[in-house]
Amino acid sequence: MRDSTINSKTFTIGGVHPDDHKLSADQPIKDMPLPETVYLHTGQHIGAPAKPVVEKGQTVKVGDLIAQSSGFISASIHSSVSGRVEKIDQVADVTGHKRQTIIIRVEGDEWNSQIDRSDKLKGSIDLKAKEIIERINNAGITGLGGAAFPSYVKLMVPDGKKAEFLTINAAECEPYLTADHRLMLEKGKELIIGIEILLKALNIDHALVGIENNKVDAIETLQSFIGKNKRIQIIPLKTLYPQGGERQLVKALVDREIPPPPKGLPIDVGCVVFNIGTVYAVYEAVQKNKPLVERIITVTGKTIKNPSNFKVRIGTPISKLIEAAGGMPKNTGKVISGGPMMGKALNSIDIPVTKGMSGLLLLPDSESTRKPVLNCIRCGKCVTKCPLGLEPYLIMALTEHGYFERAHAEKILNCCECGCCTYICPANRPLLDYIRLGKTTVNKILREKEKK
Amino acid sequence: MKDKLLNVSLSPHVYGRFSVHQMMVDVVIALLPALAMSVYIFGLHALRVTLIAIVSAVLFEYIIQKFMLKVKPSISDGSAIVTGLLLAYNLPSNLPWWIIVVGSLVSIGLGKMSFGGLGNNPFNPALVGRVFLVISFPVEMTTWPKPLLTDRWQLADASTHATPLAIVKEGLFAGEAYPDLIAQIPSYLDLFLGRMGGCIGEISALALLLGCLYLLYRKVITWHAPVSMLGSMFIFSGLLWLTNPAKFADPLFHVLAGGAFLGAIYMTTDLVTSPMTHQGMLIFGTGIGIITILIRVFGAYPEGVSFAILIMNAFVPLINRMCKPKRFGE
Repeated sequence: MRDSTINSKTFTIGGVHPDDHKLSADQPIKDMPLPETVYLHTGQHIGAPAKPVVEKGQTVKVGDLIAQSSGFISASIHSSVSGRVEKIDQVADVTGHKRQTIIIRVEGDEWNSQIDRSDKLKGSIDLKAKEIIERINNAGITGLGGAAFPSYVKLMVPDGKKAEFLTINAAECEPYLTADHRLMLEKGKELIIGIEILLKALNIDHALVGIENNKVDAIETLQSFIGKNKRIQIIPLKTLYPQGGERQLVKALVDREIPPPPKGLPIDVGCVVFNIGTVYAVYEAVQKNKPLVERIITVTGKTIKNPSNFKVRIGTPISKLIEAAGGMPKNTGKVISGGPMMGKALNSIDIPVTKGMSGLLLLPDSESTRKPVLNCIRCGKCVTKCPLGLEPYLIMALTEHGYFERAHAEKILNCCECGCCTYICPANRPLLDYIRLGKTTVNKILREKEKK
Repeated sequence: MKDKLLNVSLSPHVYGRFSVHQMMVDVVIALLPALAMSVYIFGLHALRVTLIAIVSAVLFEYIIQKFMLKVKPSISDGSAIVTGLLLAYNLPSNLPWWIIVVGSLVSIGLGKMSFGGLGNNPFNPALVGRVFLVISFPVEMTTWPKPLLTDRWQLADASTHATPLAIVKEGLFAGEAYPDLIAQIPSYLDLFLGRMGGCIGEISALALLLGCLYLLYRKVITWHAPVSMLGSMFIFSGLLWLTNPAKFADPLFHVLAGGAFLGAIYMTTDLVTSPMTHQGMLIFGTGIGIITILIRVFGAYPEGVSFAILIMNAFVPLINRMCKPKRFGE
């Protein structure tokens, strides 16, 4: 075990260590073949859905704008293929709800002429800070770690706040997922330039890249490209879930605690957090003028034939990815978008890839159902494992019995839904299910109070 | 694949290795060295008491759940076995069988089932049973067999013998000086290894410590409550001893004699009846240590561990209210 020899930083309270299962860590990123049709939701990010600017029957090239960002917190959508707009319809997304979707039938692979498709590394950053932010906005870049928050917003530091550190989340703390890991091994130079671009946009000169120490090769690769550059530091992090949560990451990297939600943001402690995958998208957008039309997805699972990392066009149906990884095993009981700790279980594989989808995980029947719920034995494991210092057993009981004011006082809204409590519970109690229910209800009560 | 539906649930989708059943199995494993030591010291009687306690505890849990509460019996979780085992460890090895059965009935019925079963009981069920027996059958519960040195495998009645705690308590009460009493009690090494009179499970600190290491390794318990209990016992009795070494027993004696180790490792860490946070566990353990010494030194009984733990059990809800974990970012 080489990783144990590294002196690694970490957050200080809670956390669990699920088995890694990084089955696809040795699989180079492969290009997914083009699908016949892509399905592009107009709302695949946090914030207002984009407004379609194309019509049925119109032909588009790869990278053409097809839906315009419709507000401050919103992101534009670009065509990920060339072809003809078949229709604009309602199609189910990861939640199972139907969303406005632009459906494009693929014809050839013709790219917008303004996009530089060469592999040549472009090191010099010619744009000014403002132009960089504008370019990132126009490219429709959102966080690629999962939440899909529009990236340019993070670069617009509000008045009265000051950015000091760019903190890069390369922890990839979810079990099974290896997309970020492979990206660091294969696109290290581009990532370093991407970080420099973000530093320039923020007008600061200190970036910290946190990588869990189960990825020693990635740590070494990035380190070798940094050389004497003092502006960027690679920080090995302990392999401990949820190391990649923004509160845990910032705590580990700069030892500062972001105040609790909903108001507390990384910028309150001088940090701007970016996912390493997003950094690559930033490099491509700024240096190559390429909008966000593809991303890397890990397709994995113990039963799947070829666990893989694919570079895939946004909007490709996920059934194509599963096919490319060797097909869906007969005993598959659950398909998860994302990792096993925070991912969403899908009710169908007829949904398209979105900007925020980092992985597809197939679990066999034997791992797809929960065990019977027993009485709480008050062991306190949920309390000691909660990375936010909450008492999940208590919040669950309060929610169960309808004491929402007390639940609010016990800081139910601080919960980041990492799932450590449900993961660790020896009595198989659905702690996080109840906390989510409680959060929704408390938020509803607060909104009603505000109206009055 | 069209004919097969996928399972949908909220995250997380993987779970850790802990289960109630496994944790109970771990506790039973951890308690085995102490049982072996007890059989070595007290002969097969120790095994007899232990088996009666376990079987009757499991049986009462089954009967109460099946016929009185009319719910699906949950004896397979193993908690009744742990309760029976811990009750037996708090009994002398020469106790008549029917007293053991009464103890099991009180432990399971009054201590556990009347509150709603595992997880809902405020007091440690095994100790509820023990204290009931101590009050109801004071003679039987304080008559201990002499440790066996020969004829190890006999099942005949052995001669009786006072525990070190009782010798010291009576001696000091009669006005004897503590240094003169030391000659009548086993050496510290004997106390540590378990060559003394006492309840089945409490005699050997060494065997109990072995189990403790296992439970720490398996992450079933944490060090907080045991260390704070033994530590506060040591400090408090040490302070008394320093004020008058002739009138008070020394702190090492207090920690090694009686049920201090058994209580500290297996009762203060009882998941259900101990506080939820580490800070709370420290307060809980400290309280138990102090109350134990108060009872041993100033109370009517030579031993006070069980009363101390039950008293602090009652404070656990308050401790949980008071000791909140540090909220991140606040």
